[in-house]
Amino acid sequence: MQDKLQENESLRAPTIVGSAQPRKEGRDKVCGRSQYVDDLRFPHMLYGATVRSQISRGKIAQVNFSPDFPWSEFVVVSAKDIPGQNSIPLIDNEQPCLADGRVNHAEEPILLIAHSDRHRLDHALRSVSIEYEELPAVFTIEESERQTQVIWGETNVFKSYLIEKGDVDEIWQHADYIVEGEYSTRAQEQLYIETQGIIAAYDPAQGITIWGSLQCPYYVHKALMHVCNLPADKVRVIQMETGGAFGGKEDYPSMIAAHTALLAMKSRRPVKIVYDRLEDMAATTKRHPSRTRHRTALSKEGKILGGEIEFVIDGGAYATLSSVVLSRGTIHAGGPYYWPSVRIAAKAVATNVPPHGAFRGFGAPQSLFALERHMDRIAQALHLSPAEIRRRNFLKPGQTTVTGQTIEEPIELETLLDRALALSEYESKQRRYADQNKDSRHAQGIGIAAFLHGAGFTGSGERYLSSLVAVEGCPDGGVRILVSSTEFGQGTNTVLCQIAAETLGLAYEDLTIARPDTSEVPNSGPTVASRTVMVVGKLVASAAEGLKQTLINAALLKPGYSRQDFRAACQRFLAERGPLRSIAQYQQPEGIHWDDQSYRGAAYAAFGWAVYVADVDVDRTTYSVSINDFVALQEVGRVLHPVLARGQILGGVAQGIGFALYEKVEWRNGRMANSQMTNYIVPTSADVPPIRVYFEELGNAHGAFGAKGIGELPMDGPAPAIVNAVVNALGVPFDSVPLLPENIFEALERAASNRWLRSSESR
Amino acid sequence: MNSSSADKMEISFWVNGERRTVRVYPMERLLDVLRRELGLTGTKEGCGEGECGACSVFMDDSLVLSCLIPVAQAEGAQLLTIEGASAEQRLRTLQETFLECGGAQCGICTPGMILAAGHLLAKNPMPTAEEIREGLAGNLCRCTGYLQIFEAVAEAARRATRL
Repeated sequence: MQDKLQENESLRAPTIVGSAQPRKEGRDKVCGRSQYVDDLRFPHMLYGATVRSQISRGKIAQVNFSPDFPWSEFVVVSAKDIPGQNSIPLIDNEQPCLADGRVNHAEEPILLIAHSDRHRLDHALRSVSIEYEELPAVFTIEESERQTQVIWGETNVFKSYLIEKGDVDEIWQHADYIVEGEYSTRAQEQLYIETQGIIAAYDPAQGITIWGSLQCPYYVHKALMHVCNLPADKVRVIQMETGGAFGGKEDYPSMIAAHTALLAMKSRRPVKIVYDRLEDMAATTKRHPSRTRHRTALSKEGKILGGEIEFVIDGGAYATLSSVVLSRGTIHAGGPYYWPSVRIAAKAVATNVPPHGAFRGFGAPQSLFALERHMDRIAQALHLSPAEIRRRNFLKPGQTTVTGQTIEEPIELETLLDRALALSEYESKQRRYADQNKDSRHAQGIGIAAFLHGAGFTGSGERYLSSLVAVEGCPDGGVRILVSSTEFGQGTNTVLCQIAAETLGLAYEDLTIARPDTSEVPNSGPTVASRTVMVVGKLVASAAEGLKQTLINAALLKPGYSRQDFRAACQRFLAERGPLRSIAQYQQPEGIHWDDQSYRGAAYAAFGWAVYVADVDVDRTTYSVSINDFVALQEVGRVLHPVLARGQILGGVAQGIGFALYEKVEWRNGRMANSQMTNYIVPTSADVPPIRVYFEELGNAHGAFGAKGIGELPMDGPAPAIVNAVVNALGVPFDSVPLLPENIFEALERAASNRWLRSSESR
Repeated sequence: MNSSSADKMEISFWVNGERRTVRVYPMERLLDVLRRELGLTGTKEGCGEGECGACSVFMDDSLVLSCLIPVAQAEGAQLLTIEGASAEQRLRTLQETFLECGGAQCGICTPGMILAAGHLLAKNPMPTAEEIREGLAGNLCRCTGYLQIFEAVAEAARRATRL
């Protein structure tokens, strides 16, 4: 396949791939014509609402319906109305669709209510009261670890991994330096601007149809078969235009879809549930909070000899995606460095907060924040510059990662680092700031983060998925792509059409892509894990190649054909022989081996690599941090669309800035206390700095036209680069994000009082 | 709910150049009336509390948040929503530059953002980079990191002065 592509490329340089084609659905978006789920209304449609738990843990003693409320006008669904299984299937089937007898977090759905006038739902929600026998709850990683309350299994642990490479116990005696540190990150809300929503319609003959804002149509499909007890052909899931997702619409749409479906089955009317912002922020998933401990042995030359890493994430009340978030975070915990020996012990623990879930980066931003802060701590302990400690320990081709995967890509991280240092004027700024900071109200600093991000599902994941794509010839002679991969802003539609057009030798305009509808498109897997361009794109290229070969084999097309020839051949095939369709299914590339038991082997088909540099200004009077300049340099293989690729990096960096400096979920007894845009602060246009985006393009044997994954990578680097820069500016360590002005104030006050104490003592 | 606190009444205004009359509760949100009664679903709801700007529309040349405006307040007003943007030269140019520069990703903030950008350019046809940043600070975007939106606005301003 790859050979054929290269052969084609040598005949005709690619012109569509690599160029800024107009976003396929872009015109509809700028004209306000795109249809999002809340833009749909059906005749006789009801609106649904959710009665949620008011406590974090306990037994439901009694549900009381206010007797003077006209309940007969409302549709009410409880766990007893579920025709199938009362659980949302994901990795395990442990999360109830509706609580039955007990609750494990304060946003757990218990009842569903629907009415044709949505304004009457509030009154209905207030007319239900639930009596509980409350049980003690746990809200933090530390409380969960202490096991004073066992809320999950026997030890409160959803999942644990142990990665061992070399003999780490043996290295400590040879170490010239041992550096330890503990780092933490908090929950982060995805805050897509379109809240979650689903419409369900039910008909006994057709089954359930879902229209929704979602990332993974086949996850929803599977959930509905399971909850509604329906066969595959009686469940249809249609993705509407989706107003941002970032992982937040990976698993929770299955829950809302099940809820709307249950109401639709009971009422026999279409039902819409669209969450308002409060409910969306409080009840749906967020990024897992984390704690990472490092203990690292180094030689006097500044080489890592080995280390122990303990990585813990807070999964919330149900396991949901925690095991895979943990897996990615664990594998990324060693970063882009060579560890001769390492032991990584990782676990996801249970707490009584709403389940945490997928958010761009999926565990890696957490463990990489810890590692990249720790590298700066090591640099300081060894009196080396942050750039130098990284340079001495970068992975090189031929060396192995923490899972024993040999780096086969020709990546030169030192070159990447040098370019990032030059672009950011790192060394001159570092010197200048050190001079200027002494007697200035503004302390300036500069910080680095070097990191990697694995593209595609981890380990054997892609083999289990066995994704399927199709392309088909259309009556007008154009070609249509059929995949369940969804567009939610990243550019799926556009890039897949570019890939197919390039492969077929057609114009970009000749390609269309079907709306993801499970009654029509094959299962190309979930739209997650930076896999769409690399994995699904490669399959689209392969299917397109198959379509072309079919026409050539039918003697309707000759190599060297024109766009018009193709059109004519396609139409003739359809007229004479019937449907023209080509499918492609994922085959694991040769030489990629992964062992799920030992967690050893090739974790990812390819990695993206990056060095980010943040240049910050800390105001010593207001304690606020602003970013003067941000350099984002990465190697993500071939860039297939320069505007979209840059847009992915810019958007990811902005979310990373939020993660670093602004976004703090305030918890009060296990529920989010600031579930509003008014008090959960994300970067506005006034907060983003100039972000300078640069790409190295080495190419990649596994992805379409040499592309690797790109979407998640930019989330990993900003937080450590920014916090390292603040530490550089102030000379005080910070090891948690978000880093808010009050944290800086406290640390500076503490440092000042320590200095005063020391000087008093010396006097 | 406010909407049921009074009887429905007839309210008339102009939307995108057309005179429209609706029979609604006077305290209903202009956002809901536009979307439900007039089918103008290009105006989006992001937060319902005036923080995100997704529901921005023009009302008598002011940019307003339609989630905060009771419909009664729109009586007699000239409204412009994203559906009417193509009829206005400045907004049409912004639609093009948003497309070219990557100013729209998921698209949910885009209608409000384009109208906010149009409002900015109406007041200040050649804004500096800083004025663009400040001028759009009432409209949240979670996808783009804003820079390609700034570039789209700056490009639209350049094109307008070339005309």
